[in-house]
Amino acid sequence: MKPTRRTVLAGTAAAAAAASLAACGGGSGSDSATNADGKVELTVATFNEFGYEELFTQYMDENPDVIIKAKKAATSDDARKNLMTGLAAGKGLADIEGVEVAWWAELAQYAQKFEDLASPEVEGRWVEWKTEAATVDGKLLGYGTDIGPEAIAYRSDLFAKAGLPSSREEVAALLEGGWDTYFEVGQQFVQAAGIPWYDGAGGTYNGMIQQVANPYEKSDGTPIPLKDNADVKSVYDQLAAHKDLSAGLAQWSEDWTAAFQNDGFATMLCPAWMTGPIQGNSEGVEGWDIANVFPGGGGNWGGSYLSVPAQGKNVEAAKKLAAWLTAPEQQIVAFKAKGTFPSQKKALESADVTGVTNEFFNDAPVGQIFSDRATAIETQPFVGPKFFVINTVVADAITRWDVDGGDPAASWDQAITQYDELGLS
Amino acid sequence: MSSSPAPARAPLTWRQRLSRWDQRLSPYLFISPFFLLFLVTGLFPIVYTAWVSLHDWDLIMGQGPFVGLQNFQDVLGSANFYKALRNTFSIFLLSSVPQVIAAILIAYVLDANLRAKTFWRMGVLLPYVIAPVAVSLIFGKIFADESGLVNSLLGTMGIDGIGWHKSPFAAHLAIATMVNFRWTGYNALIFLAAMQAVPREIYEAAIIDGASRMHRFLHVTVPMLRPTIIFVVITSTIGGLQIFDEPRMFDTSGLGGADRQWMTMTMYLYELGWGPQVSFGKASAVAWLLFLIIVLIGLLNFAITRRIASGGSAHPTTRRTRGRRG
Repeated sequence: MKPTRRTVLAGTAAAAAAASLAACGGGSGSDSATNADGKVELTVATFNEFGYEELFTQYMDENPDVIIKAKKAATSDDARKNLMTGLAAGKGLADIEGVEVAWWAELAQYAQKFEDLASPEVEGRWVEWKTEAATVDGKLLGYGTDIGPEAIAYRSDLFAKAGLPSSREEVAALLEGGWDTYFEVGQQFVQAAGIPWYDGAGGTYNGMIQQVANPYEKSDGTPIPLKDNADVKSVYDQLAAHKDLSAGLAQWSEDWTAAFQNDGFATMLCPAWMTGPIQGNSEGVEGWDIANVFPGGGGNWGGSYLSVPAQGKNVEAAKKLAAWLTAPEQQIVAFKAKGTFPSQKKALESADVTGVTNEFFNDAPVGQIFSDRATAIETQPFVGPKFFVINTVVADAITRWDVDGGDPAASWDQAITQYDELGLS
Repeated sequence: MSSSPAPARAPLTWRQRLSRWDQRLSPYLFISPFFLLFLVTGLFPIVYTAWVSLHDWDLIMGQGPFVGLQNFQDVLGSANFYKALRNTFSIFLLSSVPQVIAAILIAYVLDANLRAKTFWRMGVLLPYVIAPVAVSLIFGKIFADESGLVNSLLGTMGIDGIGWHKSPFAAHLAIATMVNFRWTGYNALIFLAAMQAVPREIYEAAIIDGASRMHRFLHVTVPMLRPTIIFVVITSTIGGLQIFDEPRMFDTSGLGGADRQWMTMTMYLYELGWGPQVSFGKASAVAWLLFLIIVLIGLLNFAITRRIASGGSAHPTTRRTRGRRG
């Protein structure tokens, strides 16, 4: 057969189309473990500020055969999406991926997609609960970077106006105790000053639920039906009973940000990293201080890890870098650069950390305060794969009356209906 | 070319046969790239989504056991689905209807003899150029419940502020405002182009007949714009039913409010698939239901369009009689 020019053209077009389709499946990840110069190339994906820029240069100077490429997502939400997509696709992830503590809940079910990082060399490097949160069936999925031990941030000027003691030692003594004490003092304050005690029930709930050992699931991962969950109901009822103490603001909302400027509330739960946002939102406002106290002992909110996805080409080199970056000495450098509060025991004791004060918070010794708060934390709540689904249901229920002005009892019933719709049990 | 072969004719040579196929098949071959592409990027995902929707399917672990119509049952049995449906249609109506009316009016003004025409015409397109995220940042400040601009203004007039993030209707209104801000100018330019294609003689005839400006607008301009109106309505229907950016950016959590006051269908789909449930099965079921709804609306649009089209042909007579009356 003698093909005409046209059929040849059509054939070429079809082949080209097929080729371009095949190319779509290709992806852009490099397949070689080393680049042209024989150097190992490691990508490190982080989000917000891990404070590693200086350290990367140092590591490359000390290890000339390694090239580090930094990928930084603007928000942790972007980073989470990217991580999930990369895990689902089986490729495209960095050699080292930053992981927010909250993600372990869902990542735990995909533990086989991460390298086991446990090694004698790093044993006992971190505060115990930090390591526990990233351990799944004896496998260590991430090296701890920073933590968010919580203290109470308060407005000393508003305290003084309400006739309450206002120095940070006195306030710490005043609030020492459980949540009952915190609410009681709040009642006195609101009666005297007519200003809400805390920013919102949502943020406060978060602090309270972190102290419950098994908030939503039993330790084997089976969800506790919400209607039988006495712990959650008790926290919910306490908050609902103290509705009048709340400014009714959802954290990070426009109104929340604005409230810092017009004496919207007197106290808030303050993890180490929250000092930055408080200072940023309160520009020109004087009187913020931090008391070395937290209702019910200690609590942690947030903090991150470095993990090594199993799909990487240079897992051994990546593990080495991750271990180096999370060593106490390096974490102190990161803390000085970006204020990420270290999770390493040695760093917590180091004078470089404990000696730090914060001018905005009336020169509060924030290093010492948060170190103390970190050691006061005894345990972390059990966070299983269903934690977030259920937490969203309860958090929404609280927002419905705290922010939207609904009825707490009706909102709880609605939450139970929603829980049943999830079909978890 | 005659296609009935004469019985006595000698069999065609290979070359002749090829040339015949060429003539018959080539047109299809030439339009085939679009359909091949559609097959891969359009039809395949649609069918595959149906397959996914019949399984327990995890975002990361992939395919699980076959569950039949369980996902559809779960979704249809969930109150959130109906909220999403209500919100989507409410936001769609609140945005599309005022948008089309405002766009026509703006276009009519722009069509008049203005000084610095190009400046005004480019001006209405300006909101369209601004990124949706920037728009939602601006409107976030305007519609904040306590510290927002609108509520402060209402406050100075002694009116209680509106809970823009509390009541569903207020939230829909605020989101529709964002959508309108972005799209009204764009649609106005489309209408403007159509208006300029209206023959000026018709206006002159109407003026001679004594039609007022109002009459000319209602009885000449608007009827002549019918095909364009249909086009704009169809495109804004498609866009409106898939609305995502603006409601998602309406607060920081992006879930559509604690009571899902402003959660749209696409947000519901996203929450099921990428939220903590990571259930692609349920998300796919929602995708299919949304697909069916859009097909239904499409058929409805088609029926209405046909009626308008036939109404359009009878239309010059009405115009003439009305013109005479005026």
